[in-house]
Amino acid sequence: MTARIPAPRTVGIAGIVLGLVAFWVALPPVEARSLFWPALLGIIAVAAGIWAASRGVRRVGLGAVAVGVLGIGFGLLATRSSVTHLDTVVVWSALLASALRYATPLTFAAIGGMFSERSGVVNIGLEGMMLMGAFFGFWGADKTDSWALGLLIAMAGGCALALVHAFFSIHLRSDQIVTGTAVNFLALGITGYFFVHIYGEQGTPTDVPSIPSVNIGGLDRIPPSGLGNFLDGIFGEMNLMIWLSFALIVVSYVVMFRTPIGLRIRAVGEHPKAADTVGISVYRVRYLAVLTSGALAALGGAYLSVGFLHLFDQNLTGGRGFIALAALIFGKWRPFGAFSAALLFGFSSALGDRLPDYFAQASSAPQLFNALPYVLTLIAVAGVIGRSIPPAAIGRPYVKQ
Amino acid sequence: MTETVEPAASPNPEQPGPPSVASRLALYQRAGGIATPLVTTLFAFFVGGLVVLATTHKNPLNTYREIFNGTGLSWFLHVGSYKVGLPFTDSKVWFPWDTHARAAENLQFMLVVWLVPLILTGLAVAFAFRCGLFNIGGQGQYLAGAFVAVWVGTSFTGMAGAPHALLAIVAAAIAGAVLAGIAGLLKATVGAHEVITTIMLNWIVIWSGKYLFGFGGPLQNDDPLRSSLAQSNDVPENAWLKVFWGDAGFQGLHVGIFLSVAALVVYWAVLNRTTLGYQVRAVGFNPEAARYGGISVAKNYFLAMAIAGTFAGLGGAMDVLGWQHKVAVSDIETSGVGFVGIAVALLGRNTAVGVGLASLLFAALLTGTSQRNLDPSVFPPELADNLTLMIQGLVVLFVGADVIVLYLWQVRRSIFGRRKRAPT
Repeated sequence: MTARIPAPRTVGIAGIVLGLVAFWVALPPVEARSLFWPALLGIIAVAAGIWAASRGVRRVGLGAVAVGVLGIGFGLLATRSSVTHLDTVVVWSALLASALRYATPLTFAAIGGMFSERSGVVNIGLEGMMLMGAFFGFWGADKTDSWALGLLIAMAGGCALALVHAFFSIHLRSDQIVTGTAVNFLALGITGYFFVHIYGEQGTPTDVPSIPSVNIGGLDRIPPSGLGNFLDGIFGEMNLMIWLSFALIVVSYVVMFRTPIGLRIRAVGEHPKAADTVGISVYRVRYLAVLTSGALAALGGAYLSVGFLHLFDQNLTGGRGFIALAALIFGKWRPFGAFSAALLFGFSSALGDRLPDYFAQASSAPQLFNALPYVLTLIAVAGVIGRSIPPAAIGRPYVKQ
Repeated sequence: MTETVEPAASPNPEQPGPPSVASRLALYQRAGGIATPLVTTLFAFFVGGLVVLATTHKNPLNTYREIFNGTGLSWFLHVGSYKVGLPFTDSKVWFPWDTHARAAENLQFMLVVWLVPLILTGLAVAFAFRCGLFNIGGQGQYLAGAFVAVWVGTSFTGMAGAPHALLAIVAAAIAGAVLAGIAGLLKATVGAHEVITTIMLNWIVIWSGKYLFGFGGPLQNDDPLRSSLAQSNDVPENAWLKVFWGDAGFQGLHVGIFLSVAALVVYWAVLNRTTLGYQVRAVGFNPEAARYGGISVAKNYFLAMAIAGTFAGLGGAMDVLGWQHKVAVSDIETSGVGFVGIAVALLGRNTAVGVGLASLLFAALLTGTSQRNLDPSVFPPELADNLTLMIQGLVVLFVGADVIVLYLWQVRRSIFGRRKRAPT
C-alpha cells in the first residue's frame, strides 16, 4: 500500500511545483497564449494541495493551494499581456544574472549574521557593518589603488564596528538590540561624516579600481544552443565577488555543521552554560563569531560600492542590511537557506527593476516588489509556511559563574 | 486585583533567564537616577567634540555654541520689552521676548519639525518598553499615520475644517495602532519576536509609500503642474492645524504641540493610574509572574503595541496636518523621526518626564545641526548632521550599558562610603 500511494507530503510539494509551472508555461520561452494550460496545471496543484492538507500535512498542502491559485492568477495576467512586452521583461538569463547581483551583498551579510546569531548574539547592526564596509572599502580602494586592499580595509572597518557591538553586548551585557541600533546610528554618522569630510560635494571619484569580473569563454558553445546562451548569459561574465559568495556558502556550511568550530558556535548559541561546562570559552567564541559577521557584512557592503555601483554615497546600503537579516531568518539560520532567500529577494528586486518596461505609462507599482522580501519574512516568522525558530540562547548575555 | 502578585517558581533557579527590559529599567532607576542619562549625554558630546577637533581642527566649544544658537533656545536669553498679540484675539500684552526675532523662527522650527513628532514617536517606543517589548517600528507607524492622514485630508474635501482634521487625526492614530497591533498580535499568538516583525513592517510601509505617492501611484497628486513630482496632493488649508505663532504656511507653531504635551500626561496617567497600565508594567517586569497573578500576557502584548502605534500614528498626523500638508517620496526616504524616537525613549528611560526632556535635547540637536543654521566658517554644515548621528549612536550605546551604570554606582558608593539603605 505505502509503496503505491505517495506520501501526502510528496504530493503537496508536487502541487507547489505544479503551481509554479502553471505560471511558467505562460512566460517565455513556452508562452502558452491561452489560459488552458496555466488553469489546468493550477487546478491540479490546488487539488493536490487540498488532498495533502486533508491527509495531515497542512502547511505544505495550504502552500500548494496558495501557489496554485497564484499560478493561475499570474498565468492569466501573462496570457493577457502582449508577447513583445513579455519578451522584453522576461529574459530569464538576464533576470537571473541581475538577481545574482542583487543577492550577493545580501548573501555575504546574511551568512555573516548567521555566525553571530548562531553564537547567540542578535545582530541588528548588519546594516551598519555593511555601510562601514561600503565606505571603507571604497576609500581603501581609492587610497591604495587596489581593490584587493580595499576589501581588506573594508573588512577591518566592519570588524571595528562589530567589535563595539561585541564588547557592549558580550562584556557589558547591554541589550543586544539596543547595541545593534546604536551601532547602526554610529555607522551612518561615521561613514557620512568621513564621506563628506574626504570627498565633499563632488562625490566619489570615478577612477577607483573595481572588483573584476571573471570571464568564462565558450559557455555559449554548450550543445543545445538555447542552454548554452542561457548559461553564458548568467555565468559568462560574473563578478568575482559572486563566485566568492558561492564559495562562502559552501565553506560556511562545512564550518558550521561539519567541524568542531561550528559545533562550538552552535553549542554556545543553544546552551552557553553547557558549552562553558565542557570547557568552551563562551566569550571568545561569541567575540570571534561577531567579528566574523562584521567582516562578512563589510564584504557585502564593499561589493556594493567597489564592485557594483562604483561609487559611495551617504546611506548607500539603504536598508539592505535589514533585507539580509530577513534572508537569514527566512532561511532559518542556515547557509543554503539564507542564500536561497537572498536569491528570491534578489529576484524580486530584479523583476521590480525590469517591470517598468512592462507598463506602458509611468507607474510606481514595481516598487511593491521591493516590499516582497519583508512580506515573505513576516509570513515566515508568523509560522504560516515553515516556522523560523531562532537559536535558543539568542539575545541573552552570558554571565560566567 | 485582590491577590498579591508573587513571582512564579522558576523551573531552574540557577538560571534566572534574561533580564527583562523593565527590570533593567528598575536597575537604571536605582543606579543613579537622572545622573546617568546626563553623564551619558555629556560623554557623547565629549566624544563628538573630539571628532570635531581631530578632523576639522576647529574648537569644538565654538561648534557647540554655534549649534546651540541655531536651536532657537538662545531666543530665551535675550530678554527685552515687547508686545505680543494674544492668540486668536486682537488685544496685545507685554511680553519679555521678541516674537519676530530670527531665533524665534529657529525655535518654531525646532518645536514644530522635531519636538512634536519626537515626543510622540518616543512615547511609542517607551510604552512598548514598559511592557517588555522593543518597538523598532515607530518609523513605520509614524509613516502609516502620515499616509492615512494625507489620504483622509485630501479625500473628503467637502467637509468642514475642524471635523475633517479630527477625522484625519483619528484615522492616522488607528492606522498606527493597526500596524503596531499586527506585531503585537504575532507576538501574542505565535511568539514572533516583535523586533523582527516591526522591522519588516517598517520596510513594508516605506515601499508601500513609494508605490502610493510615486509616479503614477494611486495617491500621487493630480495637479498637472506638479505631475513630475512624486508627492501627494496638498491637504486643503481649512483642515490644517491652527498655527498660533509664526508663519501659517511655513513651519509656524501649531496646536499639535498641545496634543504632544497632553500625550505625555496621558502616557503617565495610563501607566500609573489605570489597571491597564498596572498590567502592562507587570507584564514588562516579569511575564511569568504576571501570568501567575492572573494577568493575560497575550492581551497586554497586543494592547501595549496598539497603544504604542497610536502615539506614533498621531505623530504622523501632526506633521502632515501641521506643517508638511503633503507626503513626498523623498521625505519617506530621508525621514528618521521614528528611529530617533528609540534614542529618545532610551535616554528618557521610558518615563513621561524623561521622554519630554530627551525629545527636547534631540529636537534641539537636530535643529542646531540642520544645514540652514550653521555658519560654514565655524563648522561645515554638511558634516553637522552626521555629527548628530554619531552623538545619537553614542547616547544609545552608553544608555544601554547598564553594567557601566552599576559599576559607576558602586564606585560612587565606595568613594562616599554611604550605606543609608541596604542594597535591594
